[in-house]
Amino acid sequence: MFEKLSYLGLQEYWWAIIALLGGILVFMLFVQGGQTLLHRLGKNETEVKMLVNSLGRKWDLTFTTLVVFGGASFASFPLFYSTSFGGAYWVWMIILFAFIIQAVSYEYRSKLNNFLGKKTYDAFLFINGLVATIFLGTAVATFFTGSFFHINSMHHSFWDTSWGGLGLALDFARYATYVNLSLGLAVFFLSRTLASMYFINNIDDKVVAERSHQAIIKNAIPFLVFFLFFLFNVIFMKGFNYDPKTMVVNLESFKYWHNLMDMPVVFILLLLGIVLVLWGIFRGYFFFEKCGRKAIWFTGLGTVITVFSLFLTIGYNHTSFYPSVTSLQSSLSIQNASSSKYTLIAMSYVSLMIPFVLAYIWYAWSAMNKKRITRKEMEEDPHTY
Amino acid sequence: MEILNTALVDWSRAQFALTALYHWLFVPLTLGTSFIIAIMETIYVKTGKDIWKRITKFWMTLFAINFAIGVATGIILEFEFGTNWSNYSWFVGDIFGAPLAIEGIMAFFLESTFFAVMFFGWNKVSKGFHLTSTWLVAIGSNLSALWILVANAWMQNPVGMHFNPVTARNEMLDFWNILLSPTAINKFLHTISSSYVLSAIFVMGVSAWFLLKKRNLAFAKRSVIVAATFGLIMSVFTVITGDESAREVHRVQPMKFASLEGLYYGENNAPLAVFGIFDRTPSPYNPKAKEFAVKIEIPNLLSYLATFNPHAYIPGIHDLVHGNDAHGIISYYDRIKMGKIAIDALKEFQLARKAANDSVANASLKTFEENYKYFGYGYYNDPHKLIPDVPLVFYSFHTMVGLGFYFILLFIFGIIYAIKDKLTKHRWFLYFALWTIPFAWIASEAGWMVNEFGRQPWVVQDYMPTLSAVSNINQSSVIITFFLFLVTFTALLIAEIRIMLKQINGHKDGGTK
Ligand code: HDD
Ligand code: HEM
Ligand code: HEM
Repeated sequence: MFEKLSYLGLQEYWWAIIALLGGILVFMLFVQGGQTLLHRLGKNETEVKMLVNSLGRKWDLTFTTLVVFGGASFASFPLFYSTSFGGAYWVWMIILFAFIIQAVSYEYRSKLNNFLGKKTYDAFLFINGLVATIFLGTAVATFFTGSFFHINSMHHSFWDTSWGGLGLALDFARYATYVNLSLGLAVFFLSRTLASMYFINNIDDKVVAERSHQAIIKNAIPFLVFFLFFLFNVIFMKGFNYDPKTMVVNLESFKYWHNLMDMPVVFILLLLGIVLVLWGIFRGYFFFEKCGRKAIWFTGLGTVITVFSLFLTIGYNHTSFYPSVTSLQSSLSIQNASSSKYTLIAMSYVSLMIPFVLAYIWYAWSAMNKKRITRKEMEEDPHTY
Repeated sequence: MEILNTALVDWSRAQFALTALYHWLFVPLTLGTSFIIAIMETIYVKTGKDIWKRITKFWMTLFAINFAIGVATGIILEFEFGTNWSNYSWFVGDIFGAPLAIEGIMAFFLESTFFAVMFFGWNKVSKGFHLTSTWLVAIGSNLSALWILVANAWMQNPVGMHFNPVTARNEMLDFWNILLSPTAINKFLHTISSSYVLSAIFVMGVSAWFLLKKRNLAFAKRSVIVAATFGLIMSVFTVITGDESAREVHRVQPMKFASLEGLYYGENNAPLAVFGIFDRTPSPYNPKAKEFAVKIEIPNLLSYLATFNPHAYIPGIHDLVHGNDAHGIISYYDRIKMGKIAIDALKEFQLARKAANDSVANASLKTFEENYKYFGYGYYNDPHKLIPDVPLVFYSFHTMVGLGFYFILLFIFGIIYAIKDKLTKHRWFLYFALWTIPFAWIASEAGWMVNEFGRQPWVVQDYMPTLSAVSNINQSSVIITFFLFLVTFTALLIAEIRIMLKQINGHKDGGTK
């Protein structure tokens, strides 16, 4: 069946999958957000334990989503994989280290004789929450604002600054840095908002719920400020357009706005996503008693849809999704960075498995979440973190 | 390709070796114990006996401690192809990326979703659902092994692809060819069975320690029975698949094969070196050096094992480098020449295409295609650079094989004593079982050393040398990350071992029911 699609059609299909993975990943970053709230929402041993265990059943899914995001981009857009990871070396290394230290922390933090001590593992969780969200958000913003690299005729990529990509987040002489960081911070505060909602949903405890209730609004406001700043810039900035015939890249004013106008479905999705996010926050905070537990679903789904449509905005409509500001013609698009047609077809058959994967994750998740976490369980169950 | 900074290549190799070897400390234990636990839980569900539930839970705790660090060390490998081998990632990404993505979609989600159920679901889901989850974790982790090993096998034996001169990369032609290549099948079967052996040794060794300390006797004896039976079956399977792997190496990587056996000069009726210590290795400057100081051989066996014909000719390192007309072996000198012709033709083709000069483009394309088979050789001038580190490969190989036969013996004793209920009477056996634990890891890591060092200097056999695979980054960055990995992983390893020892030491299971 996929054989019938054109090469471009396959590239668009795969970009949509990457976009979906990106959306799910940002939603799942609530685990990271929660890790930065452990000692704000939990004031004693048992309360922290409830929070940790609530996240501890989900962290591996976030982690796996990131891994699959990497694997899927390798398989479908290898030139992006090689350029971005090899070039922005330090950005990715920092993100990876933040995940390495996370992976052991849940399991080891409260085990006897754990060498580094509980405090260190909790610090690891905090660092992961802070670094992963901000850096991932910042990295995604560069899809709009561009990076510094060039690619030679053998398709070898070279980074043009010596900071291994760190300049994208730290070079404060560039305006783009503020745009990049604003998305990073937006993701950070969003993840904390989502985490608060998740705790309300998953933990059966009045004290924790009330603190989480307050945390919703405290994090939603900064989230909105940073996100709107980012969105505003995206709409007004010059974007990276390429001519579908000659493949020549040029800068176009209001490019992303034009894309939204050219693709009304994407535009509607973006609006729908944003409305859902806001609706969840609004209901979750102001109608806490009635809707608190459901808020995560609205804001969560809204997050997935918003990120999904933002990815489509930069990938479709002959736009460069990984632009280079130092060598415009080296910019990557879904057309020049992709795998061969054969590979995309083969991988598309594999992608048919994705709905099935989502279904069993959903099934297992709801089976596990039927009983909410309680103080009593934490005190009695030996299998806790 | 412009990269000739050998220090960058070496640091990148060191970093990959470090991270992969660390990852591999945890992976085989995950692969095997997941199955052992699933078997134990199945016995529990079938018999309803509480002791089997306690046994399952105990090994599951150790499993989880190991799983966490396996995941921690795995993520870096997934991205390292991009961060440190970015030229590789483009040159072969069209083929190599696919198994990695499939691994994620098919296996990692399965593992991580059902791991949570298996570990936290005891009181939350039904017995049947729980048991299914445990099996799914085992299947998921072994599926992940399948895909990553398909990827690795493809680097050893690149099939199912062709070179696209326009995009300057290799592209996939046949997915099934890649998945079902004999190298991939052997590698998968040998790797998972050897991992089951390692896990069986772990379970048996820890149980032996309990028996030595006269603790948890009922628990430990049952664990030994499961582990030794499973281990014996799997170690026989490991030998068979290892033997099959060696034949495949002989076919597709003759240089690696010659290094396995330290065979410098080819011969008919080649003997198998059972044991050997190198004296000085021959080199262009010292061609008559004696290779081995000590060597024990079995006549004709190598020829027989490699081809099923005891008189077959097996080429040595010297024959490969200098060629051997009588046996139709093209020398490395000639391959280098052909490789250089291919590289030049590719450049000419690209220039002609830019200039829209079709006739030149077609002619150079033809030259290129005729010589592409030896493309990678063209990056070298000196054929002696194309020889791997022979003593390292030789010693690793012989360590692995020797230990493999020793493990079989150990499992046989384990089964006999466990069935006769005489385990506690033979303390020597318990000591052996305990002290064999580290050797399981030595055998397993040695296997990867054979595999990876043996293929040097190729990252993709015959097509891409390691030195042209690296990212264009500065060497100091790689040096810094190398040490960061060293420190982080070592700290985590220490934590893991201490936690495990504490869990084992503190385990009290007085029951017999
Ligand atoms: C033969 C088996 C095997 C081999 C050769 C490798 N791995 Fe591995 N990997 C596993 C078998 C495995 C596993 C058994 O499935 C792990 C180990 C512990 C675990 O939790 O899963 C795992 C974990 C694991 C993870 C974390 C998965 C998660 O999110 O749950 C990643 C990203 C990788 N691996 C990636 C790699 C890469 C890129 C490799 C190649 C260089 C590699 N592994 C070699
Ligand atoms: C976990 C098991 C593995 C171990 C223990 C292992 C071991 C090693 C070692 C020791 C090296 C360094 C060799 C050298 O010095 O050049 C190496 C290199 C490498 N391996 Fe593996 N390897 C493993 C799995 C894999 C897999 C599954 C792949 C592919 C999917 C792979 C791809 C590579 C690459 C790309 C390099 C770098 C290039 C090179 O130095 O040859 N390895 N590995
Ligand atoms: C006893 C007989 C054994 C034989 C004949 C044997 C043979 C081989 C051969 C020829 C290779 C290299 C394959 C290649 O480079 O493509 C290999 C690799 C390997 N061996 Fe063994 N082996 C044996 C036992 C073991 C044992 C006991 C273990 C560990 C417990 C083990 C673990 C490995 C691993 C992990 C690899 C790397 C993966 C691979 O290349 O398949 N082997 N073995």
